[in-house]
Amino acid sequence: MNNNSQAIHLKKEILIRLVKAFFSENFPQNARLIPYDMRPKGSEVPYRCCIYKERAILKDRCIAGLGFAIEEDDETRLLSDYAQKALEREIPQNDPLTVLDAACKGCVPSRVYVTNLCQGCVARPCQSTCKFGAISIVDGKSVIDGTKCKNCKMCISACPYNAIVKLVVPCEDACPVGAIAKDENGHAKIDFDICINCGKCIDACPFAAVHEKSQIIDILRRIKEGKKVIAMIAPSIVGQFPGSIYQLKSAIKKAGFYDVYEVAQGADITSLNEAKEFAERMERGEKFMTTSCCAGYNQLIKKHMPEIKPYVSTTKTPLFYTAELVKNKVPDSITVFVSPCVAKRTEGMENPNIDFVMNYEELGALFVGRKIEILSCEEEKFDKESSKQGRNFGVTGGVAKAVQDASDKQDSIKPCIISGLNKDSIKQLKKMAKDGCNSDGCNLVEVMCCEGGCVRGNATINNSRSAYKVLNEFVENSPEIKEPKK
Amino acid sequence: MKEINVNVCLGTTCFVMGGTNLNELLEIVPKKYGDKVKVSGSPCLGLCSINWEYSKAPYVKVNNEVVAEATVEKVLNEIERQMTNEQ
Ligand code: FES
Repeated sequence: MNNNSQAIHLKKEILIRLVKAFFSENFPQNARLIPYDMRPKGSEVPYRCCIYKERAILKDRCIAGLGFAIEEDDETRLLSDYAQKALEREIPQNDPLTVLDAACKGCVPSRVYVTNLCQGCVARPCQSTCKFGAISIVDGKSVIDGTKCKNCKMCISACPYNAIVKLVVPCEDACPVGAIAKDENGHAKIDFDICINCGKCIDACPFAAVHEKSQIIDILRRIKEGKKVIAMIAPSIVGQFPGSIYQLKSAIKKAGFYDVYEVAQGADITSLNEAKEFAERMERGEKFMTTSCCAGYNQLIKKHMPEIKPYVSTTKTPLFYTAELVKNKVPDSITVFVSPCVAKRTEGMENPNIDFVMNYEELGALFVGRKIEILSCEEEKFDKESSKQGRNFGVTGGVAKAVQDASDKQDSIKPCIISGLNKDSIKQLKKMAKDGCNSDGCNLVEVMCCEGGCVRGNATINNSRSAYKVLNEFVENSPEIKEPKK
Repeated sequence: MKEINVNVCLGTTCFVMGGTNLNELLEIVPKKYGDKVKVSGSPCLGLCSINWEYSKAPYVKVNNEVVAEATVEKVLNEIERQMTNEQ
């Protein structure tokens, strides 16, 4: 959940305008006009230096909304060109994230800095605690020599006046793997070779400079062509929109989708398979196993921690099973995963059964753009009701609990939970991989990239507290995955 | 004193455009004002479909005053304003 409300509002508005433009008589032309419609001649300039820069940034946001990398834009190309290209594109671009150079303010480089609260005291604890000799006194006040400072922050805790601060670059600070950093011009750049697409930089940037490359036009084109476009909705979607999930199903169909499946249905398969796999591994004498359904975690394994691979469950993700099921049932369908986060876009690109990915914000924009009122939609049930456990997959602890409930030997499972990938939890995982066991004696490690689970994914709409309440009630009223043993 | 009616839009547009926190009003207002202020949730108030007005969603109505780009704060201010005007 992004708490940058102003910025997120803007991103959604762009998506809504793109949807409206798509359904107008002249999509490319109306797409081109979006920045002018949003900032017409003479309008006030709410955020930037002048109206031209505002429009330039809005144009960049549209480029991302049309699914292209802003980094590749040479500024001469018109939005109408991009719109046309988006219509002709057969497969979406790789690397789901893109950074708006013009929107990135290029925050001051991350460093430790003495503010003018420095009293120039006699004790000078900052100077004496610094092991690197980086602090000197100039005109009676402390000054840090950036070439010597190692950012250890000892001086910050030593100063009795709290006069020393660490200046952070929010995106750099949020990235768990050091994949985003300022380039020589001071603007943030993503290194896609190491980026795990967790989306934490999207939430962190106060200028909303990081965007997902949307596939919404690709999806809408298929719908318009009359293809059987099928939505597969992630379990965490419950609580993200008004009304019940059954009303949501008919709202999605009203938006042009052929059918809607709960990914919780695939989650039930994941739980049962993973419980079996777990038992086999323990029998073989292995010490622990980690879950494997989080796409951000899977990227982390691939790019940063291949050594943990032997301990990661080889059971497929709920999305994998759901997409397989849908393609078997409706072979000529186009499948769209409706996702809480950007990370799942990578899974979509790797799995031929998943044609496109659309996040919750984009689905919301589609409803607004098409004037679909969920609360006035009929309730429509699913062919198969998913279980309580499957529907709770998007909440931290939910996957471990589901595997446990699906197991025949529940007592043999000692779960522990990694809720949120950050520098510390990555260290923890690395240690487990190295030691070949978990020091707490736990044997099933659930890993979720977002703190709190998918309900806190970067593209969620509702705040997690209120979403969780709705989801929880729905889960409570769902059937058990397995009759509990007497 | 005239009664104040607060109508929180729970329609799709308002929800999607950031109205999710406004739910809190349904709890906060009765706690703060007792029965002096009536608060209720409502389906789409119809404001979002006028031109490009969805870009100003979420909406809350305090009597006949429309609070656009509503936040809990803004709505409470509007209630206060109308209360003092009454006196
Ligand atoms: S959804 Fe709030 S006014 Fe329409």
